[in-house]
Amino acid sequence: MSERSKIHRQGVWPIVFMLLVYLFLYMPILVVVVYSFNRNASNMTFQGFTLRWYSEVLHGSNLWANLFLSLKLALVATIISVVLGTLATIGTYRYEFRLKKYLNAMLYIPLVIPELVIGLASLAAFSRMGMKMGFGTLVFAHVTFCLPFVIITLRARIADFDRSLEEAAMDLGANEWRTLRRVTLPILAPGILAGAFMSITLSIDDVIISYFVSGADQLTFPIKIYGMVRGKISTQVYVISSILIFAVVLIWPAGMVIRAGHRRRHPE
Amino acid sequence: MKKRSLNPNFLRILVMVGPSALWLLLFLAVPLVYVVVMSFCTRGLYGGIQYQLSFASYRSIFSSLYLKVTWKSLLMAFETCVICLLISYPFSWFLSRVPKRHHGILMLLVILPFWVSALLRLNGWSNILRDSGIVNTLLIKTGIIKKPITMMYTDGAVLFGMVYCMVPFMILPLHTSISKLDHSLIEAAMDLGANRFRTFIRVILPATLPGIFAGTIQVFIPSLGAFFVADVMGGGNSVYLGNLIQNQFLVARNWPLGAAFSVLLIVFTLVMLRLYTRIGSLDDLA
Repeated sequence: MSERSKIHRQGVWPIVFMLLVYLFLYMPILVVVVYSFNRNASNMTFQGFTLRWYSEVLHGSNLWANLFLSLKLALVATIISVVLGTLATIGTYRYEFRLKKYLNAMLYIPLVIPELVIGLASLAAFSRMGMKMGFGTLVFAHVTFCLPFVIITLRARIADFDRSLEEAAMDLGANEWRTLRRVTLPILAPGILAGAFMSITLSIDDVIISYFVSGADQLTFPIKIYGMVRGKISTQVYVISSILIFAVVLIWPAGMVIRAGHRRRHPE
Repeated sequence: MKKRSLNPNFLRILVMVGPSALWLLLFLAVPLVYVVVMSFCTRGLYGGIQYQLSFASYRSIFSSLYLKVTWKSLLMAFETCVICLLISYPFSWFLSRVPKRHHGILMLLVILPFWVSALLRLNGWSNILRDSGIVNTLLIKTGIIKKPITMMYTDGAVLFGMVYCMVPFMILPLHTSISKLDHSLIEAAMDLGANRFRTFIRVILPATLPGIFAGTIQVFIPSLGAFFVADVMGGGNSVYLGNLIQNQFLVARNWPLGAAFSVLLIVFTLVMLRLYTRIGSLDDLA
């Protein structure tokens, strides 16, 4: 049976159900975007369309600093996680060693333990070590929860990896570094990208751990919002988040086009 | 005594695995051990801790007030899991019937909302559900109701917000598990005369059990700690375990008590994991 008729046989209800779940996921985002154009400054009711907040934000808002801090943090944490994670994945795949078991156990801790515990443990331990909360402590804590996601995503990829390819390259005279660069890394690339994407996403959205380890003058974007949540959330927050959404919506199709072009040139 | 033989690849292993191991040891294992130590310490005069063995924190956990909050939190985590499962299982099932080339984009759409802060998304729901929010305004304007229905700032709203935040973490492992399902098994069961219900109970459900359990762990445990959901949706009316711990740490500055509650959360986690490793592999968790 062709795939199309399989869907057909199921009727429309599965599609309706899936659409409802997506609606559930995206409904509040829609509200955020709509309210970013709201003439009423109190965010309470929608009173007509305005671009006033956008011009306010584009002319300079101190929220940009928080957004850029979040983006910088996500980027730095992801780069460190990807470099450490890729090395560790290849290392644990190639070699057997005594302490492997313990490394694996440590990897699963951040996946299963409540972030709250990691956050307050980091705060307590960092201040005990005499560190001042700030960008450094944010990077330490973010890498700690991003690294396991990178490693586990990569492991799924390396499991199907054919060792003989590496051996063939070595036999043909490539040294270790060249083999890594020309054979191993290209094969792992999709896994590295997937892990990096997951890591950036988790880092950007993190509230709980950042809440504990960010310094008073270094607030990430979510923590800045958390400070407003009990009172009134500034419309500027809606605007900046909407701009981020528009950016993703615009960049995404561009990325797809580039990827499609790439695939045409390098068919698998 | 026999001398420990050095692994011939020792240097390579050290360079490749060493950095990650050191990082996790320093920034994860040490802090967690420190929390356990702290939970047995005495509270300092001005916050902080004094290194003096004490079980006071554990004794106060078992006071009736805290037990009530713990029970309420466990119950909500459980309800969150059940509702997430009821949404995610059919969703992942239907998704597995869609042509495979669309899976990537459909799953990406599940993760993409994370790019808008969870706080803001919850705030969006608050705009929808408030007394003066979109739903109530619509219902009043169309004359269906006269007085607004109170939905926000209740325990129900916290549960709703928790489900909203956790659904993607249930969908991810379920999708992995269901898309691995061997459809010839289902056909075989049907051919042998099992009806749909029986096929589901006897074939599909057992095969996807690891995914169900992985999702349950990834929803149950984080929902015990996600204090910000109760802050936004409960408006400070609802106190759950996460709020309690956050409060002990940063407001009341009773670090030993906060640490003891954290140890309690770690114990819950270990119990769940112990149950899980009987059913599935840890690698399915991600």
